[in-house]
Amino acid sequence: MTTDASLSSLPPAPSWAGPMLRGLRRVGRVLAWTVLTIAALATVVPFLWMLGVAFRTPADLYSDPSRLWPDHWSVSGFHAVFTQLPFFRLAVNTVVFAGGTTVLLLLIDSLCAYALARLKFRGQNFVFWTILLTLMVPFQVMLIPLFLTVFHLGWLNTFQGLIVPRSVSALGIFMLRQFFVKIPKELDEAARVDGAGPLRIYWQIILPLARPALASLFVIQFMALWNDFLWPLVISSSTDMRTLPSALTLFSSTSGVDHAALMAGAAISLAPLAIAFLLAQRFFTEGIAATGIK
Amino acid sequence: MAHLADQATDAPARSRGPDRRSRGRGWRSRFNPAYLFVAPAFLLAAVFILWPIVQSGWMSLHDWTIGDDSHKWLGFGNYTELWHDSRFWNALKVTIVYAVFVVIGQVAIGLALAQWLRRTTWYTMLLRSAFFFPTIASLAVTGIVWKFLLDPQVGLVDGWLGKIGVHSQNWLQDTHLALPALIAVGIWKNFGFSMIVLLAGVQGVRQDLIEAATLDGAGAIARFRHVTLPALRPAILFTVVIGTVNALQLFDLTYVMTDGGPLFHTESIVMYLYQRGFVDFRLGYASAIAWVLFLIIIAVSVVQLRMLRFRDDD
Repeated sequence: MTTDASLSSLPPAPSWAGPMLRGLRRVGRVLAWTVLTIAALATVVPFLWMLGVAFRTPADLYSDPSRLWPDHWSVSGFHAVFTQLPFFRLAVNTVVFAGGTTVLLLLIDSLCAYALARLKFRGQNFVFWTILLTLMVPFQVMLIPLFLTVFHLGWLNTFQGLIVPRSVSALGIFMLRQFFVKIPKELDEAARVDGAGPLRIYWQIILPLARPALASLFVIQFMALWNDFLWPLVISSSTDMRTLPSALTLFSSTSGVDHAALMAGAAISLAPLAIAFLLAQRFFTEGIAATGIK
Repeated sequence: MAHLADQATDAPARSRGPDRRSRGRGWRSRFNPAYLFVAPAFLLAAVFILWPIVQSGWMSLHDWTIGDDSHKWLGFGNYTELWHDSRFWNALKVTIVYAVFVVIGQVAIGLALAQWLRRTTWYTMLLRSAFFFPTIASLAVTGIVWKFLLDPQVGLVDGWLGKIGVHSQNWLQDTHLALPALIAVGIWKNFGFSMIVLLAGVQGVRQDLIEAATLDGAGAIARFRHVTLPALRPAILFTVVIGTVNALQLFDLTYVMTDGGPLFHTESIVMYLYQRGFVDFRLGYASAIAWVLFLIIIAVSVVQLRMLRFRDDD
């Protein structure tokens, strides 16, 4: 069926088909599209299998692990993940951490980017180049002192400990600044003539015009934090304050783990990003391709 | 990073003297509201980015162990210890092997797919989404899924291999198979990223040049090598540098799937840093590892930027 469908949308000839006969070329194309389709299916098989295991009972899984789907569907895995883990709490933690940090970061970064792009002040170049320099430093360099700082503030195992240190991003400031610079200056001038101050120009002119850049930054930052592992692992060691990736990891290494529960947890933790990706793919691909954050 | 470096050249306009409007108007002339906009970011960055960078450099010069408040000055003692630490060299080797294979794999597959899926139809878009999907999923959570996929008892991989008569392998417990398995998962996770970056490059290749080359009798391979590849250089550079920087920071996958085992065969640099810092609480030594990693990343990026930018033989 898939090859049929693809025939209607044939791509240009594969590079190796070169000067071959037309008929042979057609066979080659069909073959190539079949291989591509199989490769695409193989790429998502781990996710399909994960879903399948989430709905299987242990007996069903051990009897034949090579099947993708269960013989008997069971939702006990989804039930078990909520009883074996404080799963609801973990999900809330992850939402608060990823959502809270991203919103704060967008606000703080855009304020700074606005000043860098549209205002003039002494030390502007210093601030800009400092941002560029810190972009190159890997997070691991800051991790240990950050852990100590959070510890001394008494913020281990708290939301402020998870959120505040991550709420400014050099990359975010840089990205937004590059976008703000391109907005025509005449808009500010006109607003200023009408008596608007910088805060009003920022809020009522620049931010609305920068919606695509803000959306992209929101999506990639939210994704990066939702998926983040090392930072929550270090900052939140108590069961109640973990986020989904680190909690599921610790759960997965306990002996005699319930596979269905674990895969149900994994599926739920992947679901929000998967749905967002299906709805707004462009923001993911553009944001990730531009920044390399993932 | 190449991207960023290119864009960085249009640095902010150098201040052209004081703002005309604010000159000589009471307190407004002395206080520039721009500082209010910069202040939140600057204060947070000072405390949570700039100071930690300085502090970790400072800590790496001390014996800074939790539970021992003497913080003895060691000079470069931690670094010389690191030089003689065979476990560090092993971690470095593991990390480099992982990075080399993952980057080559992800860029090669990404390039092939970008070339194949360059037309935009509903079907290529569907395939692209499938190939890109692993990129957005959490590395730790996909690591958990892969750990069970590779499980000899309940895993799909051995289940399917068993059907074609291949004996089941204990992939993640075998000293010869564990790192290759991680590399395979690393490639699976990242090739979609390279595909998307390269796709933009492939679509930017000028079709008239391809046609001209065809008329001149250039074959498909020659066209790819002499027309497509040079046009793709910035995109390849970007995905190679970003891919390498990411791969050198390998942590989540090995923590989740193998815990550095079997027998340290998959212990990466960041994994070792985590061990020393957050298990043994030798924060000074762990900071030294972080700085060495930083220097390695800078060095590798610079070499890649030079090699890929200045090789102009085609």
